[in-house]
Amino acid sequence: MGRFVARRILYMFAVILVVSAITFGLMHAVPGGPFEREKPLPPEIIANLEKRYHLDEPLLMQYGRYLYEIFIPRIDSNRPGLSLENDFLINIRLGESTWFHWMNFGPSYSSRSRTVNDIFRDNLPVSFQLGIMALTVAILLGVPLGIIAALKQNTIFDYFGMSVAIFGVSVPVIVLGPLLIWIFGVTLRWLPPTGWGSKPPYVMGVFPSTMGWDYWKHAIMPAVALGLGSSAIIARLTRASLLQVVREDYIRTARAKGLKERLVLTRHALKNSLIPVVTVLGPMFAALVTGTFVTEITFGIPGMGRYFVTSITNRDYPVIMGTILLYAVFLVVANLIVDLLYAFLDPRIRYE
Amino acid sequence: MADLLNVQGLETQFRTREGTVHAVNGVSFQLKEGETLGIVGESGCGKSVTVMSVLRLIPSPPGKVVAGKAVYQGKDLLKMTDEEIRHIRGAQIGLVFQDPMTSFNPVLTIGRQVAEPLEIHMGMSRKQALERAAEMLEMVGIPNAKERLNDYPHQFSGGMRQRVMIAMALVCTPQILIADEPTTALDVTIQAQIVDLVKRLQHELGMAIIWITHDLGIIAGLAQRVLVMYAGQVIEEAPVKELYGNPQHPYTLGLLNSLPRLDSDEHRRLASIDGLPPVLLSKPTSCPFAPRCKYAIERCLAENPPLLQVGPDHYAACWVHPETGRPRE
Ligand SMILES: Nc1ncnc2c1ncn2[C@@H]1O[C@H](COP(=O)(O)OP(=O)(O)OP(=O)(O)O)[C@@H](O)[C@H]1O
Ligand code: SF4
Ligand SMILES: [Mg+2]
Repeated sequence: MGRFVARRILYMFAVILVVSAITFGLMHAVPGGPFEREKPLPPEIIANLEKRYHLDEPLLMQYGRYLYEIFIPRIDSNRPGLSLENDFLINIRLGESTWFHWMNFGPSYSSRSRTVNDIFRDNLPVSFQLGIMALTVAILLGVPLGIIAALKQNTIFDYFGMSVAIFGVSVPVIVLGPLLIWIFGVTLRWLPPTGWGSKPPYVMGVFPSTMGWDYWKHAIMPAVALGLGSSAIIARLTRASLLQVVREDYIRTARAKGLKERLVLTRHALKNSLIPVVTVLGPMFAALVTGTFVTEITFGIPGMGRYFVTSITNRDYPVIMGTILLYAVFLVVANLIVDLLYAFLDPRIRYE
Repeated sequence: MADLLNVQGLETQFRTREGTVHAVNGVSFQLKEGETLGIVGESGCGKSVTVMSVLRLIPSPPGKVVAGKAVYQGKDLLKMTDEEIRHIRGAQIGLVFQDPMTSFNPVLTIGRQVAEPLEIHMGMSRKQALERAAEMLEMVGIPNAKERLNDYPHQFSGGMRQRVMIAMALVCTPQILIADEPTTALDVTIQAQIVDLVKRLQHELGMAIIWITHDLGIIAGLAQRVLVMYAGQVIEEAPVKELYGNPQHPYTLGLLNSLPRLDSDEHRRLASIDGLPPVLLSKPTSCPFAPRCKYAIERCLAENPPLLQVGPDHYAACWVHPETGRPRE
């Protein structure tokens, strides 16, 4: 198991290399640059800016410099956040005036006063929290809905549940979001229509420091809006999987032993039927965290979806690179966790 | 001796897209205490559906027991409440299935699964039940039974898994063990071991056995009485020696001829019965074996023969005397 995890972490570095190379190549292949404006800047200023951000160097050298900045740790006497060019994500104090620094994702070209790491520190946690809550909504809604639909197959419950599921996948956030805001935020005034209830600094870099009603009331609508589509997927998967499992021989065996129907379901059917559901959770979670853009815009949430999308139109190279790499890491880690969970659920699976 | 189980006129149907399948059409049989009853017949003739109907384990929909009764110790299993029949299953009547691979829950330990009937029927604690389960596993010949309680089904070989299955069916010492083709999925040497094991266990525990198979060879050394089924009906019933020595139904004859003979000196080709069993989309009004039967006469197409007494304790559903080829009186 330990070797399996170690191998997957090595694999993650390979993924980062490949993804970064492709992103870097594509980014520079599309026309336009970070300093092109409708009213063009004077050429000297552009030249100065390009020199400052090393954009005048050959591409390969720029790429090498980028990898160097994120991969190679530094030990020096600089305090963290000394300048926009020298802002590291990980800073550990080793001694009186010795610091360990690692992972400099560079400055943002478009927001002059911030670095990519600032975005990671301030905005990523919000998207992460939103993604986790959307996934929770998806599971808490999807699994029971799927179970009920399967147990009451071809009854009104089944049809109702599956209609909700179809509604969930087919109505996009851009419709559902404003609808929720209009009902619960504006008409009923139960929930605040916009905003987010936690502020940096975040516990362990991602978790909110307080989680009172003030936090939750901001989170409910966006989490539902974002998670509903996924809950529909989970519901359909759970239903199909459970319907398949209850036809298995070992369910008949359980009944032949005289188990109560409730025990047959909870002890023998449910765990087996959730195995395929777990496999989709990894990619689903990654998609939820990275797909928060529309939800964040709709609900005015200071997540990182906005930075990611505007960074592309602005050709804000470091932000593009940083977010894409982070998303890649995210996908790998989420899948790793799912694989471990999978082994936990299914004893036939052993990794080495 | 009194009948432990008395099944009368059992009829089970399945509603399918093609129509109603009449899988079991009026099956009757009795099982006495401690005896072994064999049920043989080709694939699809309704052997499993018969015993599953008795225990009400037919998936419904599409299946439904539409007629008959199954009296166990004075009570009709088919009329009991769900709660009552639940206390029969696993406690009074144990079941062993054909495929020991798919019949275990892959995500629960063997210990949990074998101990489960003890917990629900005997009110044992998890710990007591596991101890008893280990004893039972030892009894069916699982080496290091105690340590293996924590293993999962996939960690056992096919033969060992079938032994575990038998232990699980017998752990509450039921009155009846129903074994639905318990050896079909195993290779020949293992088959013999399982048969020996079940014989030994019957000697020690004294339960009655219903042993389903399509292999007449296995039944010979195991059962006292045999039912031969065809198209959802019992077409012959006799004590095992009588059935082998004096078969009275052309189908039974065909089955016996298709057995490989160890005693014959010439290298005989395996005689098997030509043709396929009928698809039972309606209740048969003629002899269902007629299309494959070389003895068939006109009456066979006009009337489905009932079980007729053809000797002491010997019954066959056939209008014709297969030895003489003349109609029975
Ligand atoms: N779930 C079901 N749905 C529809 N028809 C069924 C179902 N189960 C059984 N049948 C029908 O009942 C008939 C008898 O099946 P059964 O399983 O009892 O045969 P069997 O004698 O046990 O055969 P085998 O030796 O292959 O186990 C089958 O031919 C099939 O048409
Ligand atoms: S009743 Fe007729 S068709 Fe049926 S088995 Fe006997 S001889 Fe053959
Ligand atoms: Mg069968």
